[in-house]
Amino acid sequence: MSLQRALAQLRHPAFREGAADLIGPALGVGAWGLVTGVAMVKSGMSVWLALLMSLAVYAGSAQLSVIPLLAVGAPLWVVWLTATCVNLRFVIFSSLWRGYFQSQPLQQRLAIGYFSGDVIFVAFMKRFPRVEPGPDQSPYFWGAASLNWLAWQIPSVAGILLANEIPLSWGLGFAGVLALLGVLLSLLVDRATWVATAVAASAAVAAYALPLKLNILVAIAAAIAAGLAMESAQRHARQQALRRRAAREDGT
Amino acid sequence: MNAETVYGLVAIVGLALITLLARAFFMLPERELPMPDWLRRGLKYAPLAALTAVIAPEVVMVQGALIGSLQDARLPAVVCACAYYFWQRGILGTIVVGMAVYLPLHIGWGW
Repeated sequence: MSLQRALAQLRHPAFREGAADLIGPALGVGAWGLVTGVAMVKSGMSVWLALLMSLAVYAGSAQLSVIPLLAVGAPLWVVWLTATCVNLRFVIFSSLWRGYFQSQPLQQRLAIGYFSGDVIFVAFMKRFPRVEPGPDQSPYFWGAASLNWLAWQIPSVAGILLANEIPLSWGLGFAGVLALLGVLLSLLVDRATWVATAVAASAAVAAYALPLKLNILVAIAAAIAAGLAMESAQRHARQQALRRRAAREDGT
Repeated sequence: MNAETVYGLVAIVGLALITLLARAFFMLPERELPMPDWLRRGLKYAPLAALTAVIAPEVVMVQGALIGSLQDARLPAVVCACAYYFWQRGILGTIVVGMAVYLPLHIGWGW
């Protein structure tokens, strides 16, 4: 991105809007970043490697899953396979990003992909519910992505540098769970989404014993099936009601 | 540079590539990607399912098993956080209220 284009994006009102929408979840993202930073150093990783990992990998759930593997010197393919599986939900999200950003050059698409975390994805989908390109999308994305990056990296670096002052037993990471909970609740708008979430929760807990966090994929598949089934049941009920009314009106 | 540092460096470079490739995956091909209509509609449930799948085990499980005791700080914290969300609709407040219930119970009472 040329400097001029970057500055134009910064000044766009949608940039501020995107950043503002991420302020709430940022507290939880930050607590999670802090805990991840502490966990890396406490696992025995050197401060320099931990800083590099935080800045380059930028994926909280994948980092937390591979930290114990790196600590015992597991084979690299095991480390990478684990991270890939934990990241599979992003592969699914990328099919939706495509609907918005496919007309952009490849370099832009790669940058958008790299900086798109869970919370950004949800905020973006709420702001632009129709999956089609629009003029405000790029600045909105970069506003949200910038705030999320800072909200993650600053506490993560602080956690790395202050690892021995912050005990993990306090449970500060629970703030990250609460942030995701708040984002999730904002997505529950009708009966289909409530049912899909209930199904996903049951599936994720029931399939928890699967290796490599594959229970997340099981939950996604189950929720898609449940959501589609709810939609088709609702459509069916509407048609029945229409047919009954038509029959009544014929009768009178 | 010792072997341990090289191992860490190689692992981190690979992990960064995995982040990039996973998150950009379906944005990589230039050509049309045909997708059945039912899948397109169904995919809108993917984000809430992924969030749920991350949260649910963190709230109701401990060491891979369902929690057996109601004396767990996470449960009242989640109930209060949800109540606050449906009252005020703010995510920041949801986190603050949840932690205000969680931290004293967890650190103070050891729940």
